[in-house]
Amino acid sequence: MSRTSKDLSIESVWRGGVSPFAVSWRKLMLWLFIITDGLLFAGLLAGYGFVRLASPQWPNRAEIFHLDFIALMTFILITSSATMATAVGAARQGRVQTAFRFVLLTILGGLGFLSCQAYEWSKLISEGARLSSNPWGVPLFSAAFFIITGFHGSHVLTGVIVLSVVAWRALRQRVSPEGVELAGLYWHFVDLVWVFIFTLFYLI
Amino acid sequence: MAGKPSVHTHAEPTSFWRRYIFSTDHKVIGIQYYLTAMGMALVGGALAMLIRLQLGWPDEKWPLLAKIFPRGMSGGVMNPDFYLALITMHGTLMIFFFVSLGLVSGFGNYLLPLQIGARDMAFPFLNMLSYWTVVPACVIMLASFFVEGGAAASGWTAYPPLSAVEQAVPGSGLGQTLWILGMALFIASFTMGGLNFVTTILNERTRGMSMMRLPLFIWTLLIASILGLLAFPPLTAAAILLLFDRHGGTSFFLPSGLYFGERVLPHSGGSPLLWQHLFWFLGHPEVYVLILPALGIALDLLPPFTRKPIFGYRLTVYSLFAIGVLSMIVWGHHMFVSGMNPYVGEFFAIGTLAITIPSAIIGFNLIASLWGARLQLRTPALFALGSIAFFGTGGLGGVFLGNATSDIQLHDTYFVVGHFHFMIGGVTLLAILGGTYYWFPKMFGRMMNERLGKIHFWLTFIAFYAVFLTQHFLGFGGMPRRYYAFSKFEFLAPIRDMNAFISVAAFVLGAAQLLFLFNFFWSLFRGARAEQNPWRAATLEWVAPTPPPHGNWGETVPEVHRWPYDYSVPGAPEDFTPQTVPPTVVEVTR
Repeated sequence: MSRTSKDLSIESVWRGGVSPFAVSWRKLMLWLFIITDGLLFAGLLAGYGFVRLASPQWPNRAEIFHLDFIALMTFILITSSATMATAVGAARQGRVQTAFRFVLLTILGGLGFLSCQAYEWSKLISEGARLSSNPWGVPLFSAAFFIITGFHGSHVLTGVIVLSVVAWRALRQRVSPEGVELAGLYWHFVDLVWVFIFTLFYLI
Repeated sequence: MAGKPSVHTHAEPTSFWRRYIFSTDHKVIGIQYYLTAMGMALVGGALAMLIRLQLGWPDEKWPLLAKIFPRGMSGGVMNPDFYLALITMHGTLMIFFFVSLGLVSGFGNYLLPLQIGARDMAFPFLNMLSYWTVVPACVIMLASFFVEGGAAASGWTAYPPLSAVEQAVPGSGLGQTLWILGMALFIASFTMGGLNFVTTILNERTRGMSMMRLPLFIWTLLIASILGLLAFPPLTAAAILLLFDRHGGTSFFLPSGLYFGERVLPHSGGSPLLWQHLFWFLGHPEVYVLILPALGIALDLLPPFTRKPIFGYRLTVYSLFAIGVLSMIVWGHHMFVSGMNPYVGEFFAIGTLAITIPSAIIGFNLIASLWGARLQLRTPALFALGSIAFFGTGGLGGVFLGNATSDIQLHDTYFVVGHFHFMIGGVTLLAILGGTYYWFPKMFGRMMNERLGKIHFWLTFIAFYAVFLTQHFLGFGGMPRRYYAFSKFEFLAPIRDMNAFISVAAFVLGAAQLLFLFNFFWSLFRGARAEQNPWRAATLEWVAPTPPPHGNWGETVPEVHRWPYDYSVPGAPEDFTPQTVPPTVVEVTR
């Protein structure tokens, strides 16, 4: 009995005239975009992995980066994901004021992360790291570092801009719960990418 | 609970600019894409003619051409760098700017909402944006011929170090930078299009249009779009790294010890193999992005002219999925001679040969669709049959190339050139042309000339075989591709002169397309007025008025009750039953 009704529901969901995943085209499109954007980072990280494996040695990250500081950056970014989730929840319940406040906190987290990154970059540059060379031996080490973290940073910056638009619209009571949710989806994605970069570039 | 698809109620724009130039209507955008692609095909074709002129008669002088290309053909003799730029741009323009744009973006945009019963794409503005992103890409690609050093010359695959070291050949300078820029814009545009296609197919189908009632062209479009979305981002990543190698001093693709002139280049640590992996991770799925919609058109063009359903619909859909999945894990078969662990090569060879199974299923389904047919050899049917022939011929060549053992012999010879021209050149060309003859009445409300169309088909078909089947034999003889002349090679002396024959056939092939061009524009203004459903076809687009108005369907969106291939249903009043006919009138077969 239950099996037939389940089969029927699969049939009816795909029969046309309805959205099979029960999502709007906006959300479906954003999910697809996130997959493609994720593959972009996968390509960059795979390229980094390739040159690292091909290299006879690789600089010791613990001597170059302050891993405590990187952990703090990671903590800030993950926290901003939590505030974002709270904002989405509040927007769903129609509490626009709360949603606005938590979006602001998320923006603050994003800016905090970007400032940490700017500090880290300027410190490494002052120590002599360039795209084409660095004091630690393997030139591709700093090249991969600047390109991968720079690319991720530009994604965070984009996220901050998107969230600012959401906040501005929330202030004028013109934001839809889905609008906050979509911005949140992108924000979580950017955070997730950082987890991969943190693991693959800094830790192992 | 399943959500309702959003209803599009855009008012019809009235100003000329919003209606024909910056339009968000999928039909206008589809035709814009189609015309752009055809324009790029003319350029790409002209480049091919120059290539054939050089290969056919490498020792002749062409003073007239010296006037048109003072640098590339100085003194009437083709400069080797210019030849490299020609083959690079011929490949780039044809693959990305003709076939991708024409088949996927052109026919895809025009037909997708019409065939699934939607009013427009899911996100019409993004659709417009994607077109207006590809226009500058076209301009940049064409402009690269006129900059210092000429257009890019590292092949359509842009292999480093030619593409990464700026001073390598003249085309490695600004021309290569523009090539990367043009490709970046193209990828951005194609990604926007792919997002729109997948979302629209999944979310915007009309009531009753279940996935298993989609025309096969829509299925191929869905899988091609998914492949594009998955495969292009890694190429984007590679292009970013290449830009940094060129302009930022990094060396992702450049190993140490590269000499240029008397000087050692400062690069170290990279590998050109990295580019090859990232490129072919795109490159191989990309050929399916091209050929699957072409097969979709061939599959959809058959039933109206055989007056019977397509054979093996379900199995074709499953095979398309199988091809899609397998195509993502076989890129290494382009690199059998690049240096690869033999065990890895074996993996790639087995994967590649596995693709022949679903491909053969589709091929046999196409042939079996002809069994018991009441065949009407109108022009679109001829083109559909022709593309089946090309698919078979090219597919057989693919078996040799997919196998590492034989590929090591045939790699980088004219066998490869002949093979991929049949597949991503021939099948797709015939599908685009056949699709044009077939959907022209829907797009423009007039019929194309049938007699000219048939002459065009036979000239194209025979000349194509003469060019590219012959090239297979040159490949067996060991003639390498990308060389601008073979006069100096002793071992090629017995087969060298076949190039003149190929060139003559290529000129016939080129000239035949002018016939099509004439037919297109003549029919646009003088063709016979088309009825609403001139081919008596059952798919949904023929239910819409001709040409379809803004919003496609008037007051109500049609509801679908059957699959798109109900031809010659016993007991039906006519030998075709449109998808909108309710089950009370004609029995639903599926």
